[in-house]
Amino acid sequence: MTEIVFYLFATILILSAGMVVASRNPVHAVLYLVLAFFNAAGLFLLIGAEFVAFILVIVYVGAVAVLFLFVVMMLDINFVDLRSGFSRYLPIGGAVGAVLLAQLVMLGLAWKTDPQLLSVVQAAGADAVDNTRAIGRLLYTDYFYAFQVSGLVLLVAMIGAICLTLRHRKDVRRQNVDQQLSREIADVITVVKVESGKGVQL
Amino acid sequence: MISGLVADYLPILLFLGIAAFVSVAAVALSFILAKQKPDSEKLSAYECGFPAFDDARAKFDVRFYLVAILFIIFDLEIAFLFPWAVALGDIGWAGFASMMLFLGVLTVGFIYEWKKGALEWE
Repeated sequence: MTEIVFYLFATILILSAGMVVASRNPVHAVLYLVLAFFNAAGLFLLIGAEFVAFILVIVYVGAVAVLFLFVVMMLDINFVDLRSGFSRYLPIGGAVGAVLLAQLVMLGLAWKTDPQLLSVVQAAGADAVDNTRAIGRLLYTDYFYAFQVSGLVLLVAMIGAICLTLRHRKDVRRQNVDQQLSREIADVITVVKVESGKGVQL
Repeated sequence: MISGLVADYLPILLFLGIAAFVSVAAVALSFILAKQKPDSEKLSAYECGFPAFDDARAKFDVRFYLVAILFIIFDLEIAFLFPWAVALGDIGWAGFASMMLFLGVLTVGFIYEWKKGALEWE
């Protein structure tokens, strides 16, 4: 059963990852990326990493993919023009890809797991603590500084985004509640006695 | 043999399967059952003169991006709260104070963005 589910998720993941690169419409590419994220979350669930799986769904699908869509929609780029040099860049791109593939294959062949490490991994798994709780026990006390630095990084990101993109338009009228409430009758209405036949001079 | 974790998530898996089936069936049935009379006039511009099919991409206001970024930042903040809430009984007051400091730092950012008017739409 687990194997069937694994191969189902893995197949859809690889196919949708391929479609991210191959699809003509960049919006479709982002949607395939969302599908890939979902299947990666499924794979994480299969190895028991529930917290990572759901954070992947919440943060990557819920937020990052939406931001990707924003960027794709915001950049007014003609993607057909970008693809026009495909055959020209194919040799060098293919060469870089081949080198990367060779390196990955060499890494995979040279990979050896220390036999002592296997018992450690199994011991951690046999602890019967779900990994959300295991992360929670360590992150906020043992890794206090790293946790606070992550908070500062978020603060810097927030302030940076506001500084870079916030523009107040001059031509838009905003509601100022204080000003509205503190208006006096004397400021806005004047009673003028009109003499007959002379009109009013304001 | 169904292992523990897959058995726990079997309802979600079934739900995904049903969702995939229903969505595929809805598209496939409407494709098969509906009368199809393709006509070039159906794709041409209407009386108003706008083209019926056009590229959706256009430059729009950068303020949408600001809202999205602020959303992501608070989304990440929420992500830190989940393991904290689960493990709060184990980590005690030290963990509680640690999270309060973290939330305090982000509250400074929140006050900054509020005072700057980044939450106002104009």
